[in-house]
Amino acid sequence: MSGAGAISVEALHMTMRFGDFTALDDVSIDIPAGSFHALLGENGAGKSTLVKCIMGFYRATSGELMVNSSQVKMTDPRVAQQLGLGMVYQHFTLVPSLTAAENLVISRADAPAVINWRAEHRRLTEFMAQMPFKVPLDQPVSRLAAGEKQKLEILKQLYLGNRFLILDEPTSVLTPAEADEVLGHVRGLTEAGQITVLMISHKFREVTAFADAVTILRRGRRVGGGKVGEISVEEMSETMMGKAPETSERRRAATRQHPVLALKALRAKDRSGLKSIEIENITLKSGEILGVAGISGNGQMELMEILTGQRHVSAGEITVKGDAFRATRAEARRHKIRYLPEEPLHNACAPRMSVAENLAFRIFDADKGGRPSFWQDRRAMAKNASDLIETFKVKTSSPAARIASLSGGNVQRAVLGRELTGDVDVLIVSNPCFGLDFAAVNSVRDRIMAARNKGTAVLLISEDLDEIMELADRIIVMSEGRVSFETPIAAANIVEIGQHMAGHG
Amino acid sequence: METVDIGLWGVPLAILGGAIRVSTPFIFVSLGECLTERSGRINLGLEGTLVFGAMSGYAVAYETNSAFFGVLAAAFAGLLFGLVHGWICKFKGVNDIAIGIAMMLLGMGLAFFFGKPYVQPVAPDLPAISFGWWSSIPQVQAALQVNVLFLLGGLLAVFMTWMFRATRVGLIVRVVGDSTDAARAMGLDPDLVRLLATGVGGALAGIGGAYLSLYYPGSWNEGISSGQGLMAIALVIFARWSPANCFWAALLFGGAGALGPALQSVGVTQGYYLFFAAPYVLTLALLILTSSTERSMQGAPLELSLTK
Ligand SMILES: Nc1ncnc2c1ncn2[C@@H]1O[C@H](COP(=O)(O)OP(=O)(O)OP(=O)(O)O)[C@@H](O)[C@H]1O
Ligand SMILES: [Mg+2]
Repeated sequence: MSGAGAISVEALHMTMRFGDFTALDDVSIDIPAGSFHALLGENGAGKSTLVKCIMGFYRATSGELMVNSSQVKMTDPRVAQQLGLGMVYQHFTLVPSLTAAENLVISRADAPAVINWRAEHRRLTEFMAQMPFKVPLDQPVSRLAAGEKQKLEILKQLYLGNRFLILDEPTSVLTPAEADEVLGHVRGLTEAGQITVLMISHKFREVTAFADAVTILRRGRRVGGGKVGEISVEEMSETMMGKAPETSERRRAATRQHPVLALKALRAKDRSGLKSIEIENITLKSGEILGVAGISGNGQMELMEILTGQRHVSAGEITVKGDAFRATRAEARRHKIRYLPEEPLHNACAPRMSVAENLAFRIFDADKGGRPSFWQDRRAMAKNASDLIETFKVKTSSPAARIASLSGGNVQRAVLGRELTGDVDVLIVSNPCFGLDFAAVNSVRDRIMAARNKGTAVLLISEDLDEIMELADRIIVMSEGRVSFETPIAAANIVEIGQHMAGHG
Repeated sequence: METVDIGLWGVPLAILGGAIRVSTPFIFVSLGECLTERSGRINLGLEGTLVFGAMSGYAVAYETNSAFFGVLAAAFAGLLFGLVHGWICKFKGVNDIAIGIAMMLLGMGLAFFFGKPYVQPVAPDLPAISFGWWSSIPQVQAALQVNVLFLLGGLLAVFMTWMFRATRVGLIVRVVGDSTDAARAMGLDPDLVRLLATGVGGALAGIGGAYLSLYYPGSWNEGISSGQGLMAIALVIFARWSPANCFWAALLFGGAGALGPALQSVGVTQGYYLFFAAPYVLTLALLILTSSTERSMQGAPLELSLTK
């Protein structure tokens, strides 16, 4: 562990190549001690790559790194840790089956060979008492909610005594209130001179509220930056996208609405297996967007899993246009039901297969007339891939690249592209804009609205209330596994919805 | 010693004795595999390691006239097999299950090749401790003849439980087994951890083999193992990757295996061969009863290619 006090970091002329592809091109960034620095850029701009090079997780092709004004060789993450640099990755790096306490203790470089749990617990409790937020120590991490995991990740860095924290999209899985709480505390620590922070974010609101300075990347190059306050949000977004942002006017067209999907008296177990999901009645109509609001962990994920056939239903029925629906591939195809689940890389992709193959999941086993086909039509698959990559602006080094090598936002676009091609009668989406830059957010929302206007029935499960207010025709709130409230958009009131989300309506 | 007629009491007694006698190789192989799998890798080669351990243990015990050196040699041979498996698996695109099957056949082949000259000679036995001195009934005395390796196996299960909970090494193995990414982010070398875990797991399987040839059945021949190594690997899944459960599962399996002979000893001869299948049927039934279509497998290391 390093001595007390924040430390400064400066990266000079960083370049990183993956094969022929240059993800980072001569980028320099200077972060003085005790400052809160934001790193902006669209999906695939190279933000994660830059910070991984700083941390020694990738070996930069060329470039230099200065920590507290002296040059260092960052050869592996251990070196970074010895210098007091710590990172919270975009994907959680906690070990799921270990408890929070075990995760903290084992991450320490000087973890004792034999761990005296009683003494460690006492010390951890003392440490927690000084921290601005708390996390239960004895639960396996897999049982923690996303917000708790994120807090634990940050706590872990502070516990390790790190004085320079890199946060890669720390708030993408948090509700706005949770995000403000966490970032407020982090900001407090920088102001006290205890830590320096480099945060990657897509949310201008957070950047302007908490950061001192920004650096903007575009296609692997540094294209701008400066002090927050001297550079306006419009300038930032323009620099990021390379053009003025288009403000899209989404129009809600009049549609013919008739019931398509109905859930009746559904019963299922929740993820922990301890509580139950009880949905009495949800009816989704064509040409409408039904927003499902709720704080994460109140049964929305289970609802999605029930609809995709990933979760066993113990009672009740789902009908689509009057037919019983068991979420088989054949039924989904017949009724033209499409899905965009949360974490699409894990729930809707084969991570090790290529982008082109993943994009062909809806078509590879049918010929042009929609009949089952035995041979794969490689040419059709390649054309499908290049069309979708083009229209949905998926950034990939090639259609043959593994989909897991795409940046988070680009996986999202690829899957949405796949699910929205052809005729779609029902579209079920869950948090479609997690981790997307604002241009992508706009285009995703445009497409959802366009689908609605064409008569698709859309079930939009989202933890982002603003998103629901913006898109939905009708809103239901889930709380404790039940639908606790329903309102048409015209009568919707944020305060009232918020109360129902919090469970006291 | 004269047999005393103890009636139906003979059945549970024979099962207990059988469980203790038969279970030892299962205990060692499954604890070894438990360690390897907890680090996120599967070593199916342990059947071959077991057979090679039986051969090398027997051969060295015969040459040095010491059962103790035999066990050491078997452990060392097992270590080598484990390290080779672990070393090959670190290469990209290599599948641990395929390598395991190859290593299994290699181990058996090598054991038969080098073991030919040792089928005839008689090597010294491993010592056993009599816990039945208090009784005058010979069946009780026979059932409570407990081999030192069985006791060691029990202690090892306790030790491993403690190790996974309260030592750095144990936690590191669990971290690597659960998330390669998290391990890398921590600056650990997952390949190295897995290499060592596979090596030690192999050594334990080797010891299990030495028990076969040096105690029960107590001689070296090519039919010495009837798939104990493979079954022990299945027991690890059944035991949900817990060392203590591995011990109990091995004991249960051994006891079920003794059911047939025990019933025969009291005169039940019908369906004798069916009772041979008892352990397997029992394992299958328990596996089905304790699993669920709702939850994912509890306790499974997430990096295991079986559960991925
Ligand atoms: N290991 C890798 N191999 C090949 N290409 C990679 C690898 N990692 C990243 N890339 C490519 O480098 C580019 C930059 O990726 P990076 O993850 O840094 O983007 P990002 O700015 O963090 O985007 P997001 O906001 O979506 O997280 C992407 O086009 C990605 O496909
Ligand atoms: Mg990123």
